[in-house]
Amino acid sequence: MDLSAIDPLVLLASLMVAATPILLAATGELVVEKSGVLNLGVEGMMITGAICGLAVAVETGSPALGFLGAALGGAVISLIFAVLTQVFLANQVATGLALTLFGLGFSALLGQGYIGVKPPPTGQVPIPGLSEIPVLGRVVFSHDLIVYLSLILVALVWAVLKYTRAGLILRAVGENHGAAHALGYKVVRIRVLAIMFGGALAGLGGAYLSLVRVPQWTEGMTAGAGWIALAIVVFASWKPWRIILGAYLFGGITVLQLNLQAAGVKVPVEYLSMSPYLITILVLVIMSSGRSRAALNAPAALGQTFHASS
Amino acid sequence: MDRRTLIAGMAALGLAGPTFAQQDTVKAGFIFVGPIGDGGWTFEHNRARLAVEDHFGAKVTTVFQESVPEGADAERAITQMALGGADIIFTTSFGYMDPTLNVAKKFPKVKFEHATGFKRADNLSTYSARFYEGRAIEGVIAGRMTKTNRIGYIGSFPIPEVIRGINSAYLHAKKVNPDVEFNIIWAYTWFDPAKEADAAKALIEQGNDVIIQHTDSTAPQAAAEAKGNVITFGQASDMAEYAPMPRVSSIIDNWAPYYIARVQAVMDGTWESTDTWDGIGAGMVGIGEISDAVPAEVKAEALALKDSIASGAYHPFTGPINKQDGSPWLAAGEVADDGTLAGLNFYVEGIKGDIPN
Repeated sequence: MDLSAIDPLVLLASLMVAATPILLAATGELVVEKSGVLNLGVEGMMITGAICGLAVAVETGSPALGFLGAALGGAVISLIFAVLTQVFLANQVATGLALTLFGLGFSALLGQGYIGVKPPPTGQVPIPGLSEIPVLGRVVFSHDLIVYLSLILVALVWAVLKYTRAGLILRAVGENHGAAHALGYKVVRIRVLAIMFGGALAGLGGAYLSLVRVPQWTEGMTAGAGWIALAIVVFASWKPWRIILGAYLFGGITVLQLNLQAAGVKVPVEYLSMSPYLITILVLVIMSSGRSRAALNAPAALGQTFHASS
Repeated sequence: MDRRTLIAGMAALGLAGPTFAQQDTVKAGFIFVGPIGDGGWTFEHNRARLAVEDHFGAKVTTVFQESVPEGADAERAITQMALGGADIIFTTSFGYMDPTLNVAKKFPKVKFEHATGFKRADNLSTYSARFYEGRAIEGVIAGRMTKTNRIGYIGSFPIPEVIRGINSAYLHAKKVNPDVEFNIIWAYTWFDPAKEADAAKALIEQGNDVIIQHTDSTAPQAAAEAKGNVITFGQASDMAEYAPMPRVSSIIDNWAPYYIARVQAVMDGTWESTDTWDGIGAGMVGIGEISDAVPAEVKAEALALKDSIASGAYHPFTGPINKQDGSPWLAAGEVADDGTLAGLNFYVEGIKGDIPN
């Protein structure tokens, strides 16, 4: 065993990269759930974003356009969910699961021509000045733009939800759609917009996988990241800052277990491999054991269908 | 249908079976563990399938199913292919061993071919390639090229085929560079680009400047390319799009001659259950071009080793070799027999860590 081979700074830096896809997707899903909608289709939207992002980046040669295309693709496919649940009042759980299955199949179809194709590289953008800071600069400020963007988005979502009128209305719709409707707010319209925002962020998260972390297209490459993102929203008890904590914890353990293996730690590999999932489950159990607190924080109208007549 | 005609019908079917009649047309089926575009293992199997189609033209039709999970679902996929009228079915991953055996029992008239396994039946052949011969050459290049003396190895599953490769690469790296150290990560997957990329990154971050992979995607190559001063080897396929750096050479699986011969045997009615295990000499294992990133004298050394293995003058597992615990395995000059190699389940002396169960 040679733990000295593990550089904690490098580990922290790669943890941020590993956590970015789930961080993006979880932030989007938080907004969706805050508006009172439970969209279980995160995995499907992520994988759609992954192939849309790669395809656009390869065709245009621009990773930036690729990420834009991924956000658009995620938002468009989330519209299916929005129409079914908000207009036709379909069950949200069933529709979300269907969206995941549809996304996996649809992305495989879109990806037929892109197997084994290398996307144009996404450059790292060390922030001038800040990246010179010893230790912190190397860990936090020497990434690609999407890593920064994911953190900025969390801050934005937090600020909008907490301090703006738009955030207040979104929360009102999620807590009590009947009352929000009585006050004259367009419940369905607000929810559709929230769902599209969630789809766009999930798409970005997927594109981060196919354009930066892997980087190439393969069927089913999200490999359950969308479900982890869903778990992290509950883990964070619908608070934006805790999303960072949850995502980085999961990403950190994923990277750490590989590093521990490479360093030859005398722990059976099977335990190391399952540790990220095990710890996620453990934290969820602990969270929900403080039942009253977790339940209090969940948006009251989460998962309920709304119709103006009711 | 009354019972008499039923019995008569069954007898007729039974009679038709064992007579190895010549066939004009053959339908060949292939079960793949990854997508045909993985750029590695499945890509090469599919290329050989296309070579079969090219070779026989209209006389042979092929069907394939990709990304079939190992385990219970494989049995369904193989059964479906047998029911679909395939005359010969190639199942191309170790994990299809028991499913193939089970389906072979149910379809005695269909011929089965299982890659890299060790269970045979009257209508089930096994075939594999001596990839460890190629690993020996990779070991020499890796041992000579590493500057940190740390070589990272991404293993898939702890099965004999993978362990043979690790041992062979280690023995030959150690021979040219006594200071080398192997760091092994078990990915527990044949094909998961995100996981393979993460594993390669973890190894690179810990100072391994050579990455040897026994997984099927090109993701580790991409990770090494991003880093810059790390070398890799193409796995199963040439992966030439990553040459000359990081990919400095490769092991190429060449299944086409075998597949063509086996389909021909079905057509001629001469197919028999066999166990094929060919290496560099027979052409089943190819060594991809050693790129200019490798110094000329190292390249010459690697090619000399390749020639001596191909001619049969040298066997990569030649004693003296001790097991990991220090107990002797092969005496000086002794060569490992195929039986031991087929079931190899221990590291040789010098490799750190335990093989997971």
